[in-house]
Amino acid sequence: MNERIRRLGIVLMVLYAALFVRLNVIQVAEQEDLNEHPENARPIQREFNRPRGTIVSADGALLAESVEVEGATFDRQRVYPEGELFGHVTGYFSFLYGASGVEQQYNDELTGNTLEQQLEGLSDLLADEQNTGNLRLTVRKDVQTVARDQLGQRQGSVVAIDPRTGALLALWSWPAFDPNLLATVDAAAATEAWDFYEQFPGKPLQAKAYQERYFPGSTFKTVTAGAGLRSGKVSATEPDYPVTNSYLPPQTTQPISNFGGSSCGGDLFEIMPVSCNSAFAEMGTETVGPDDMIDGAESFGFNAEVPIDLPDPAESAFPTDFEDNLPKLAQASIGQNDVQATPLQMALVAAAAGNDGEIMKPHVLDEVRDNEGNLVERYDPRRWKEPLSAGDAATLREAMIRTAEDGTATGLLIPGFEVGGKTGTAQLGTDPPRSHTWIIGFAGPPGGEATVAVAVVVLDQPASSDFTGGKIAAPIAKAVMEQALTGSGADAGSDESPTEGPGQDEGALAPGDDPSLGADSGAVGRHDLPVSVEGYVGTGTYRLQGALRAAPQARSRRHVRRLPRPRPRARPPGRGQGAVPGVRQGRVLRGALPA
Amino acid sequence: MGRSRRTTELGLLVLVAIITVSAYTLASLGTDATIPANIGTFLGVVVAGLLLAHVVVRRLAPNADPTLLPLAGLLNGLGFVTIARVDEDLAWQQALWTGVGLTAFCGTLVLIRRVRVLEGYRWTFALLGVVLLLLPMVPGLGKEINGARIWVGLGPMSFQPGEAAKLCLAVFFASYLVEKRELLGMGTWKVGPLLLPDPKHLGPVLGAWGISLVVMIVEKDLGSSLLFFTFFLVMLWVATQRLFYVVLGFGLFAVGAYLAWTQFAHVQERVDIWLDPWSDPKGSGFQVVEAAFAMAFGGVTGTGLGLSGRIAIPAAENDFIFAVISQELGLLGGTAILVAYLLMVGAGLRIAIRTDVAFEKLLAAGLTTLLGVQAFIILAGVTRLLPLTGVALPFVSYGGTSLLANYVLVALLLRISDDEGSRAAPRPLANATAGSAPR
Repeated sequence: MNERIRRLGIVLMVLYAALFVRLNVIQVAEQEDLNEHPENARPIQREFNRPRGTIVSADGALLAESVEVEGATFDRQRVYPEGELFGHVTGYFSFLYGASGVEQQYNDELTGNTLEQQLEGLSDLLADEQNTGNLRLTVRKDVQTVARDQLGQRQGSVVAIDPRTGALLALWSWPAFDPNLLATVDAAAATEAWDFYEQFPGKPLQAKAYQERYFPGSTFKTVTAGAGLRSGKVSATEPDYPVTNSYLPPQTTQPISNFGGSSCGGDLFEIMPVSCNSAFAEMGTETVGPDDMIDGAESFGFNAEVPIDLPDPAESAFPTDFEDNLPKLAQASIGQNDVQATPLQMALVAAAAGNDGEIMKPHVLDEVRDNEGNLVERYDPRRWKEPLSAGDAATLREAMIRTAEDGTATGLLIPGFEVGGKTGTAQLGTDPPRSHTWIIGFAGPPGGEATVAVAVVVLDQPASSDFTGGKIAAPIAKAVMEQALTGSGADAGSDESPTEGPGQDEGALAPGDDPSLGADSGAVGRHDLPVSVEGYVGTGTYRLQGALRAAPQARSRRHVRRLPRPRPRARPPGRGQGAVPGVRQGRVLRGALPA
Repeated sequence: MGRSRRTTELGLLVLVAIITVSAYTLASLGTDATIPANIGTFLGVVVAGLLLAHVVVRRLAPNADPTLLPLAGLLNGLGFVTIARVDEDLAWQQALWTGVGLTAFCGTLVLIRRVRVLEGYRWTFALLGVVLLLLPMVPGLGKEINGARIWVGLGPMSFQPGEAAKLCLAVFFASYLVEKRELLGMGTWKVGPLLLPDPKHLGPVLGAWGISLVVMIVEKDLGSSLLFFTFFLVMLWVATQRLFYVVLGFGLFAVGAYLAWTQFAHVQERVDIWLDPWSDPKGSGFQVVEAAFAMAFGGVTGTGLGLSGRIAIPAAENDFIFAVISQELGLLGGTAILVAYLLMVGAGLRIAIRTDVAFEKLLAAGLTTLLGVQAFIILAGVTRLLPLTGVALPFVSYGGTSLLANYVLVALLLRISDDEGSRAAPRPLANATAGSAPR
């Protein structure tokens, strides 16, 4: 029998060798295919379940945090206490749709995956949660709120930026979306919200303030003037354009006429305040010429990717095919034809005029701190472009100030501050005629440097003299700049950063709070998730509701769905002072062996 | 010799305790970044349990193989850690059953001083085995869980009597085949061109085997059917030394499997999933597909204990526990499990070869086959080497009866090993006397 038993041993060894081969096939040879298999939720799940830091605004409002949920496929869910207000800035973090905005851009910082955070974490290997980074942004809730309220239910965008640093103070577009609805662990609800936003007119999911391009209209005349100054062919006094009601470019019989058939002309300080089409068309076409116009536009950032620290920015476009097509150049010089600009780009043009001709890299990140409040990383402001010398910039600035003081942009004026601006009304060539109304501007203390620059575009307005950039867009820009200059958060975001770490804002649970109250009382204001897509969703969703009625194809009642309310349990009290291990009551300890 | 063997065993058991307690701590740190509060108690209980078993072996079977108990303890410990990872409540029960299993292990060594005595109770064991197999069919007593009627409910507890029946039938087969192996090895009954053994001798074996198989098929317990079929063929082959039985057996198996495939929807489903689990990855193929994802996610080194997030595989604590281990410990950890089984198989077969009592030889080979093949069947199912037929992974899976039966199995192997080790000289007479038990 021994011989048989030995053979039995060999057979069993062969069987186990086969198992070993199968293990190698699955875990090594096919590993990658299996990991990337579309049915495999595991990598997403791991990503989604990883601890993630908080995001707060410059003035301390909590914009995003992770809460633990029970009874779902995932342990954690991202919540956005401000709802749609900062949706385009923070973006969403969804296991179905991935991430956008800051959540995408600073994923590594939030999850503690940057090299610095990893090195720091080495000393504390076991406490994984300690390494997450908390972000403080440059955007201010007070400015953002004014932008939202001022724009109202009109489609459009508002960008406010600090010209000195490139720090974005507000980045608002409507229609917007509420990231809570996409970040929910309820897959059906997330899908429904996504479909709803996808079919909603005006692309709510797109951060149009920097991801969409529009005809800039007359606001582009500041670029034409800048190109002229830059080339040395234009100065404050030269040339002096003839007073006329239209300009006929070479190679065509189609004249470019002035607004309402009026006559205008003169030097830069005369033609800018009245937004003189004939003069700027002639300036671009004949004074500056194709090459210097292209060079000038590109020096302001056109035809290049904006180095903003947010994903997928759109590139603003200035045509380069003017060979034997001077009429096109004439139209482009006043912001028509193929010229297209993002609201962000136009804000940067205004910022250049207000910041001695320099354009700083636009950014939303201020700083990253770890859970103990130590600084991990701070955004280092850098120059992106320098279209104008300080002297030329002063000239452009003066032209824009005159436009605000006694030109088309008087709606911008803020008592006690020096304000410059330029309006625009870009006709869309539709029937009946409609137009995008624009304004760009800057403001600061008198005689000093500008501390805020804005661009506002309100889309698709009726073409009439009651709906111009000066009438529609200027009040919004003025209110936003005024808030930025005088609001409570006016000091935040500057270089003197507040000493306390993020997470210590008034919204956070204070030490000593009973975490169990969180679900029902303590944190209700912040964690009460929206109950429906079209119902109340934080601040401002009444707009979605209104628009829903206007959009006949939008599904209605079916969107009402109760979302699981996340339970903010096991939150370490007093984040920023280090977690207290004993308070983390996530799970009952493992069953002990019977003693 | 006995002393040094026990010292080896003690050293290995200390290692097992260290590995188990460290793994438990790491898994807890991985899931919620806390060191378990009861870690001291846990360490004490693990050490106490293993030490108790060791002392009993030292006293009652000093010359037994030193590797089997530590290997069983290691598999049991890693199984416990993994179950705790999947479901804490189940882990607590598993801990309780580990205690019962170790008690049964000691009890077996205390009660059965010579394995040969079992030979005299062969018909008792045959009857007991069949009754245990039939228990789940009794109305009111049997319970159907996950489509298989292999459970017996007593109050809040559930048992799988089939696990114990395995051992009983192994004893019966071993003793019967030892006695009849000469007769079964000779062909006297002419069926066409074939010479078969006398049906009088073959009958009881075929009967017991047939009943067990039919019962298990009716209970839809495909894994146990396959295990038993293989076990029976191996025993027959080892006892009679005739390859003919194996060939015939697999021929019959092919026919039977084909018939089952045409007749039973649940068999068809298993085969379909095996051939292409991707056709319905969210439905019928979910378990196998999830297991493959889990193992691939672990890769070579694994995610680390407790660090793979939520476990989504159905029956992760039971039939699919190996997928969880492979996910968290990777190819390295999975291979360690394979090696542990292979070492147990090696130890078992070595015991079978060394003993010179034919019954013990066959019983040891049979018990080792049960252990090795059972582990292979479920591992092959999880890795999609074979169609999935659910059986417990010995010592690792959650399940009290399985744990109990396997500890008794190891105790029997140790008893045989001790007998053979302590025998100063071969005692050929023992075989003759014990072999002539009344029929």
